[in-house]
Amino acid sequence: MKPRSFPVERGHILTFARAIGDHNPLFTDAETAKQAGFDDVLAPPTFVQGAAHFDDAYPGRPKPGEPWMGSGREASGSPPNADAGTELHAEQYFEYHRPLHAGETLTVESRPGRSWEKQSARAGTLSFSETIHDYLDDSGQPVITVREVGVRTERPVEQ
Amino acid sequence: MATKPAELTPGTSRSVVLVENLTRTQIVMYAGASGDFTPLHTDEPFARHAGYPSVFAHGMLTMAMTGTALTDWFGVENLKEFGARFLNQVWPGDTLTATLEVTSVEPSATSDGQIVELKITTTNQDDIAVLSATARVVSTS
Repeated sequence: MKPRSFPVERGHILTFARAIGDHNPLFTDAETAKQAGFDDVLAPPTFVQGAAHFDDAYPGRPKPGEPWMGSGREASGSPPNADAGTELHAEQYFEYHRPLHAGETLTVESRPGRSWEKQSARAGTLSFSETIHDYLDDSGQPVITVREVGVRTERPVEQ
Repeated sequence: MATKPAELTPGTSRSVVLVENLTRTQIVMYAGASGDFTPLHTDEPFARHAGYPSVFAHGMLTMAMTGTALTDWFGVENLKEFGARFLNQVWPGDTLTATLEVTSVEPSATSDGQIVELKITTTNQDDIAVLSATARVVSTS
């Protein structure tokens, strides 16, 4: 994930809080947040995932004029390959340096981490790889550090 | 809002129902909010074509709902670390319950609060673990 910059907005936090079923007024009501001593509504712990919206190259979103892997007239926009594996999210770690609130604009610095393989009875060879993202505020100080681990399976995971 | 018990010791725990009968609509709401429109989560014909019985939830939706149990207990501003492993897929219709257990309580070196470490397991209605997590919070109670 490499957004140019990530404006943290009230409306986006509201939408995110609703999507995760969280009714905490610190996320949705600026007055409550201000009375609690914060500049504006706070972001839920995993909110920075929403930075994907500000990444022009993010692959998990259809883009005008480009082929999309999802269904249209056919079940898949991708060539059929029933034996293909799946790219899945294996692990996710957040380190919080301070609370994040609406009204800030973050920049993101990303770097690759480790990679390794494991065998699985349910999905064949699993290839893991790690990416680290530093979310920095406008004075360059880290607000949140994220380490994400993705896994590519050799075949679909057996249910 | 945070509701803190008067005293935390290793073994202190609570269980919270995160969602009952998870809907495809909520999965799509999460896709919209997070920006992750991967069709395995949003497009049933595609998910079936890819070899799965239906769409399934983003692992990050399960983590986010588990995070609510954590911030309801300790306050979002007190969260220092939150990490999760995704163990099994979460499907439409699932009911998820998070169990949070305090594993250690230490005085904080930098404030007058305590550093509390937790282990968290989120299970589905069949008691299958879908997510395991750890967290580190500052408790000022």
